[in-house]
Amino acid sequence: MTEPVPSSPAPIEALRDKGPDRPPRSQWRDVWSQFRKHKGAMVGAAFLLIITLGVLFGPWLWTLDPQRLDIRAKDMRPIYTALWDSTAKTGWGHPLGTDQLGRDNLSQLIAGGRASMAVGWAAMLLSLIIGTGIGVMAGYFRKADGVLMRLTDLFLSLPILPLLLVAVTLFRQPLRANFGPEGGMFILIVAVVGITSWMPTARIVRGEILALKEREFVLAARSIGTRPFKIIRRHLLPNVLSPIMVSATLGLATAIITESALSFLGVGFPSDFPTWGKMLADAVARMEDFPERVLLPGIAISLTVLGVNYLGDGLRDALDPRIRGR
Amino acid sequence: MLTFAVRRLVLAIPTLFFISFVIFMLLQLAPGDPMAQVPLTVPPEVKEKMRQALGLGEPVLVQYWKWLVQVFWTEPKIFIDWLTRDSLLLGWLPDTQLYQGELRVISWQTRSPVMDIVLQRLPQTLWVVGLAYVVGVLIALPIGIYSAYRQYSVFDQAGTFVTMIGFSIPPFFTGPLLIVIFSVYLGWFPSIYDTTHVVNDWASFKVQIYQMVMPVMVLALQTTAQLSRYMRASMLDNLNQDYVRTARAKGLSEAVVVMVHVLRNSMIPVVTVIALGVPAIFGGAIITENVFKVNGIGQLLLTALFANDLPMVMTLTFIFAMLIVLFNLIADILYGLLDPRIRYD
Repeated sequence: MTEPVPSSPAPIEALRDKGPDRPPRSQWRDVWSQFRKHKGAMVGAAFLLIITLGVLFGPWLWTLDPQRLDIRAKDMRPIYTALWDSTAKTGWGHPLGTDQLGRDNLSQLIAGGRASMAVGWAAMLLSLIIGTGIGVMAGYFRKADGVLMRLTDLFLSLPILPLLLVAVTLFRQPLRANFGPEGGMFILIVAVVGITSWMPTARIVRGEILALKEREFVLAARSIGTRPFKIIRRHLLPNVLSPIMVSATLGLATAIITESALSFLGVGFPSDFPTWGKMLADAVARMEDFPERVLLPGIAISLTVLGVNYLGDGLRDALDPRIRGR
Repeated sequence: MLTFAVRRLVLAIPTLFFISFVIFMLLQLAPGDPMAQVPLTVPPEVKEKMRQALGLGEPVLVQYWKWLVQVFWTEPKIFIDWLTRDSLLLGWLPDTQLYQGELRVISWQTRSPVMDIVLQRLPQTLWVVGLAYVVGVLIALPIGIYSAYRQYSVFDQAGTFVTMIGFSIPPFFTGPLLIVIFSVYLGWFPSIYDTTHVVNDWASFKVQIYQMVMPVMVLALQTTAQLSRYMRASMLDNLNQDYVRTARAKGLSEAVVVMVHVLRNSMIPVVTVIALGVPAIFGGAIITENVFKVNGIGQLLLTALFANDLPMVMTLTFIFAMLIVLFNLIADILYGLLDPRIRYD
């Protein structure tokens, strides 16, 4: 007969845990502490926050109407020009100067930023929704996979910028008639940018879903009779959140640049509605005399996109569990 | 490999037909009227006849079919005729004379064949955009290699910063910025690209170089930013592999290890990325061409769009789509050829 198994020996005093010494850390606390180590990402996020708050609350702080014409105060230079050129036409009433019609540059920048950011966020959300939807469907339902991936390949082989230009010039009139000049253009640009930029997200999400679908927790959920859509919502979507967030930052950057490019080429918003791209395009003709009118919106676009890109870089590092905690 | 290539090629044909159909149908929705410029004194029945002459009276599907015939049947015939008549390569063959004066794709702006205009515009685009791509690749590869080799060094950090800037600053800002600095303040380079300039001696060649510097730099910045990121990531993947340690343990010099062993393996994905970027050269950089007034393909598309020249827009967009599909295919096949670990079947 075998000897009775002795009850577990008394633990050695020195090795005994005195309870967990720290409360458990949640995943998002880990992500945040990793994210904070990435200096560029922190600066980028802070800058994006400042720009967003600035364009949101700017019109209350700087109350000049961006579309008000003041022809007497036209072509004023920014206030800092007075540092080296005391004869320049400057004034505290227009700290960043005015354009050739006497519209205040600062309030135009704020209004243009509102338009650019609104288009950027809306187009990014639209492309995320389409991309995630198609990616999840293709990854989860095997029957839909072939068709949806062929569709993605098809969209990837479309020449995007020419098609954007075609679509914008074609649908401008009917949408303007229905939703007003600004509303119609907003809908149109958001729709075309969203529809033409969802493919990378769809591919990434599909790949993740394909891997996650075979894991035990999905099997467990299925075995207790969870419906497919509930599995997707409760178990799969939270797990693909991190790649979606990373592609969201990329999408925001592309959307802002695409909107500005369309405005620059003259097919964007109507001419009295300031956006950063349109301010830049209008100023190019006079950039020898008034370089600041090119520089200000250009720097605004570039810094915003730079901030978003750095934010995306930091998010990618912070959300990747292989890098986190090293 | 061959079966894979053939299968992809066969699959590309319905894709192209579908794309051309989608673009054609999209353009049918265009609100503009090609007769809008005709004076009001022209009576309506004459206008109707002019419309018929432009091929607008037929049903949409017939129009699409005629366009397909013109692009895939008539234009190749003209191309073969040109090959056997004027080209150096096949000019010794007897003239085929396949083209018997059928109707070609006619531009509504100039009333001349679209393909002729495209061929006139192509050299400018290829010179500027193509050279920019070559320059971009040549700058990007060493930067990527060195910043991966010295990861987290000052050079790497600076390189990362510069590529981030390259990603973030759009060409419609770098273009005017360079013009302000180098044409307006310093006066080194002309701000407008003169396409009528003829290079026949050293001085005119210098002028040509000078006017190409700025557009090439603007475009090369974008290429460099993307490619050097790829190169760096690909080098980093390979630098930690076991075969690198083996190579070092054998006593190979560091230069041989990095430039022969690691570089050759890292180039596999980068080469495909380079191939994927080629269609963009032919597509022309619409914005950069617009900024520097290069009258290439991109600018042609833009003016055709604004002038409501639907046959031109249709043909150009389809050429771009065809190039994208073709180079996707080439990239896939290259990947399989370069990396024997990839098995497609």
